[in-house]
Amino acid sequence: MKGIKANMMIGGICLATILLASVIGILASPYSALEMDFLNRFAPPSASHWFGTDEYGRDVFTRIANGTFVSLRVSLAAVVLAVSAGTVIGAATGYFGGWLDRTAMVCIDSIMAFPGLLLVLGIMSALGPNEAGIIFALGIAYTPPITRVVRGTVYSLREREFVDASRLIGNPEAVTIFRHVLPNCITPVVVISTSIFTAALLSETALSFLGLGVPPPAPSWGSMLADSRNYLGLNPWMGIFPGLAISFTLLSINLVGDALRDRWDPRLREVEA
Amino acid sequence: MTAYFVKRLLMVVPTLLLVTLAVFLVMQLVPGDPVLMMMRDVNNPELVQQLREELGLDKPAIVQYFNWLGRIAQLDFGHSIVTGEPVLDAMFDRFAVTAQVVVISVVLATLIAVVAGTIAAWVRNRKPDLVITVLAVFSMSIPSFWVGIALIILFGIKLQWLPTVGYVSPFQDFATGIQFLVLPIAALVIAETGGLLRMVRSTMIEVLQQEYITSARAKGLSEMTVLFRHALKNTLIPTMTLVGLVLGSLLGGAAVIETVFTLPGLGRLLVTSVYARDYFMVQGIMILVATTYVLVNLAIDMLYPLLDPRVRMQS
Repeated sequence: MKGIKANMMIGGICLATILLASVIGILASPYSALEMDFLNRFAPPSASHWFGTDEYGRDVFTRIANGTFVSLRVSLAAVVLAVSAGTVIGAATGYFGGWLDRTAMVCIDSIMAFPGLLLVLGIMSALGPNEAGIIFALGIAYTPPITRVVRGTVYSLREREFVDASRLIGNPEAVTIFRHVLPNCITPVVVISTSIFTAALLSETALSFLGLGVPPPAPSWGSMLADSRNYLGLNPWMGIFPGLAISFTLLSINLVGDALRDRWDPRLREVEA
Repeated sequence: MTAYFVKRLLMVVPTLLLVTLAVFLVMQLVPGDPVLMMMRDVNNPELVQQLREELGLDKPAIVQYFNWLGRIAQLDFGHSIVTGEPVLDAMFDRFAVTAQVVVISVVLATLIAVVAGTIAAWVRNRKPDLVITVLAVFSMSIPSFWVGIALIILFGIKLQWLPTVGYVSPFQDFATGIQFLVLPIAALVIAETGGLLRMVRSTMIEVLQQEYITSARAKGLSEMTVLFRHALKNTLIPTMTLVGLVLGSLLGGAAVIETVFTLPGLGRLLVTSVYARDYFMVQGIMILVATTYVLVNLAIDMLYPLLDPRVRMQS
């Protein structure tokens, strides 16, 4: 149990550091994320430019700090979308069963037949690259795992006494589901949401790396990495810092997610005990 | 056992139909229609109308779907809107490049994960285990494209040991071809091993607590035999399932690593087609990749009864 707490602590501290550094970077930096300065292109890290400058002389630290909120905003919005859709679909299918369940599961299975970014890229080829499009595409792609978890939990609960009791005192089905059944799904949904959050963050950076993310010149970690590829010989720092930002963030969310899973996944607890 | 195979095989048919339906629906999200895209700047309403009739786009969506499905069934994926090249030909050349990088990487990653994961489970909670699990979390937190860029900076630019950009088929010139593959494969192995390793480790921990392991140790077998002959067998099914998922998703999702190393693979073709809004190409690739993914997972499922007699008994 000691190791578990260490995970949570380290992850939480890292995440707080990233957010704090980003806020400081945005508020206190004398530079703006978009302002160009052609006299100072490709500057190496120094006291005035902590992470150096890019091909337009923009301060890399300021851009990474602004990029934090672009990446987190997109991936959080996608997770929220997936959790809402997944919870509603999962609750309805698990509770009512029947043809609704079968139809929904068929749709979920067909979404799951598209690996990785494939479905997201397909939807984006139709909608074009813009923030709403990315959130929509990622949200759809991550709905199936949430749906399955909620459906499974609801299904296992629907014959329990407290659910019958709620029905017997005359509560409408919606009240039974939202007040009595769904609160039991919070734990598994939180656990799976953190792993979806890392996946969404990774996908967002991958998409912007491919030039299909939030359109430029908005700073985003993935597109900063992509731009750096042309100048790695001149200024390798341009490729190192945005990558470190991505890895550091993913690492801290992974650690927090592990801690949550260890805490709440009963199967794992038995094994570790 | 034949029943199991037949049942599993039949399940693939509806899945593949759903894949085509999903691709068809996604393409319905396209504003306007493909003919307008094909014509681009040409303003000729008559020609547009004629092309629409030729492609059957004037018919109701459900009729369009079945016509299109009929063409897909005959492997007619149409032509690229951009180059005019048949989609099928373009896909197959690129698929070979992706497949060799991905298959080699996944095999290497699996081998490392099985050996390191087994060792970690064996010495659980002692120093070597901590080192291995920490490395695994790092591996999961480092995106493949950043590993790729770091490898390019280190081995391509600083040390100048390996070429960083381009591709030569190892089937034409083995020595040169291999040089171009080393870095992309290394990047994928570094990024993909972590997840597999954690899976092997946690399954192995569970297996090692079972009674048959105790009795194998009690009858005096060496730890090597216990771990790799007795315990490993029972970790194979969950591991192979995850390997199948990773393999299938990389076959479609190697776009990023192919972009880093400018490899002419299927993923890069997909990304350039998405930029160019080359709908027929995107359609074709989505179907090819999803089909490959479904078939790889089918193949893994088919292995279950061979790996585990208990699955054989049940069916």
